[in-house]
Amino acid sequence: MDSITTQVFQQLINGLSLGSIYALIALGYTMVYGIVKLINFAHGDVMMVGAYSGWFAITVLHLSFLPALLFSMISCALLGVLIERIAYKPLRNASRIAALITAIGVSLFLEYGGMLVVTAQVRTYPPVFPDTKFIVGGVYFKYGDIVMLITAVVLMALLHFTVQYTKVGKAMRAVSFDKEAALLMGINTNNIISFTFAIGSALAAAAGVLMGVYFNTIDPLMGIIPGLKAFVAAVLGGIGIIPGAMVGGLMLGLVESIVSGLGASTWRDAVAFLILILVLIIKPSGLFGKNVREKV
Amino acid sequence: MRKSKVLLGVAVIMLGLLSGCSSAGTPKDSEEIKIGGDLELSGGVATYGQSVLNSINLAFEDQNKKGGVLGKQLKLITADNKSEAGESTSAITKLITQDKVVAVLGAVTSSNTKAAVPVSADQKIPLITPTATNSEVTINKDGSLNKWVFRSCFLDPFQGKVAANFVSDTLKLKKAAIFIDQKDDYSKGLAAEFKKVMESVGGTITDTENYVGGDKDFKSTLTRIKASNPEVVFVPGYYNEVGLIIKQARELGMIVPFVGGDGWDSAKLPELAGAANLNNTYFVNHMWAEDPATKPFADAYKAKYNADPDALAALGYDAAQMLIAAIKTSGSTDPEKLRLALENTKDFQGVTGVITVDPKTHNPVKSAVIIKLVDGKKTLLTHVNP
Repeated sequence: MDSITTQVFQQLINGLSLGSIYALIALGYTMVYGIVKLINFAHGDVMMVGAYSGWFAITVLHLSFLPALLFSMISCALLGVLIERIAYKPLRNASRIAALITAIGVSLFLEYGGMLVVTAQVRTYPPVFPDTKFIVGGVYFKYGDIVMLITAVVLMALLHFTVQYTKVGKAMRAVSFDKEAALLMGINTNNIISFTFAIGSALAAAAGVLMGVYFNTIDPLMGIIPGLKAFVAAVLGGIGIIPGAMVGGLMLGLVESIVSGLGASTWRDAVAFLILILVLIIKPSGLFGKNVREKV
Repeated sequence: MRKSKVLLGVAVIMLGLLSGCSSAGTPKDSEEIKIGGDLELSGGVATYGQSVLNSINLAFEDQNKKGGVLGKQLKLITADNKSEAGESTSAITKLITQDKVVAVLGAVTSSNTKAAVPVSADQKIPLITPTATNSEVTINKDGSLNKWVFRSCFLDPFQGKVAANFVSDTLKLKKAAIFIDQKDDYSKGLAAEFKKVMESVGGTITDTENYVGGDKDFKSTLTRIKASNPEVVFVPGYYNEVGLIIKQARELGMIVPFVGGDGWDSAKLPELAGAANLNNTYFVNHMWAEDPATKPFADAYKAKYNADPDALAALGYDAAQMLIAAIKTSGSTDPEKLRLALENTKDFQGVTGVITVDPKTHNPVKSAVIIKLVDGKKTLLTHVNP
């Protein structure tokens, strides 16, 4: 293959790896928004906590990758439920802006509380995968890239299955559609909302561990930028729509790689947020969104 | 009630004045020489300040054991500038006006040192910074000399020049790519000088790319750099990003050498990059701990603090020793005589090399070392003289 084609394929691989992380985080955003109409700004920081619990599981408890991933997902699911019960539930019937500000508060609490507990020092993730490289036609990818993509795809497939084909998933969709009616039909909406937070946070934790493994550094403020980017991804795909978040995340990763690949690496964050602005102007409901008329 | 409070206040002020008078006349003062330390003991770069403080203490304790200087004991009085420029100004003001120090050591960063410079000039007290590498520390913007400021480290442009000469003369490579931290003056300064020198010796720059400090994903930009086919990549950044850059570059199959500056010097670098990935990488540094001139200091430091000294510690030690030597040669603690002695420092044998102060710029003329990383360990490659 000539060098331009090689470069293009290499950038595709780079973009997909990055995009699958964004997609995992975006899923949590979108699920929570879909069910309680709250933009959970603390979501990126839950991912940070996930990265630290994964680090703890690997270095202190000496677990291997999969058990560490599970450990981190379970602890963050609990954290997500805890946050929802303490911070958001009392405000469920308050104005939306009150809940939004609370979410920002929770986000800052996790960031700077985390700094207090684990110090601001950057920590390194131990290598969990062999350093094997694969070269196909001049395109390089490593063992970790493949595991990352597979993990992301498997988790997304599991989520899709849960939401579409299980009883809980059906209840989730019902609550998202009309909370009061769901309540009247005998669905325990509180439990369903908690369950949604648990799943969303577990996915964020998985993204955190993958990020730790991929970039091998973690710090208490690592969740801010990926959190915002994932928010952009969720809006891009249509917030509240699960396949939209997946596609939005992957697209954003690809766009960033392409922008950097064209030599404008310092512009890639600007481009990400420019996309957000354009989507909000042209198609506010996102790529997969339908225009629903507000009932008056 | 109110009246008694006022009276109490007056009494407290009077007491303060009285005690102020009496302490100025205690006999103890004549037996010690007070030196100030305007240092980053808390805040963002607290670890830097701590390294310098450790080595100043080491230098002073050694000297005091030998009987001090001019028969007097050296006493370090520190003031924490909290890693902030504004605090640095008040710290040095306090040291000079309240503690009556004869000279000040510090600050660590260029911006905090710059904030202390006007105070030392007003009060006519010598200031020696161990580590401020910005060229405007000793020379004002209008080109005039800051008479009272000295330093024990070399400047940013010198590092860029050393790196470029090393690439073209030792590695014998001509095609270089540059990867700059766009947010950082240090990185940009090194890169500009590197480019200038490379081009003047007939080399070419295949690609210049930017990143922003704090970035984590460099693969897309590295893919682009790789496509420009450089023989060597110059990354004048700090270890946090450099570690990730080298790791990701090796993962993309880039096997060319990477070269950088003293921002690489950290025990964290091998952890971040992976020790094996650091093979075939080189950086310019102030010292190498195993050097014959450096080893006694490194051993003493390790024995006292149970840690390897970094370049900051070595430079702090040299700043303290330069001051001690100046007090010895001038035979006094008079600020003007100290200033003259510092200005005429010649062939001073420091732990970071032989230092001669240029009276016109107050910048030291000294050598740099090139460190080669082998399996994550620092080994000396060569000394480079200016």
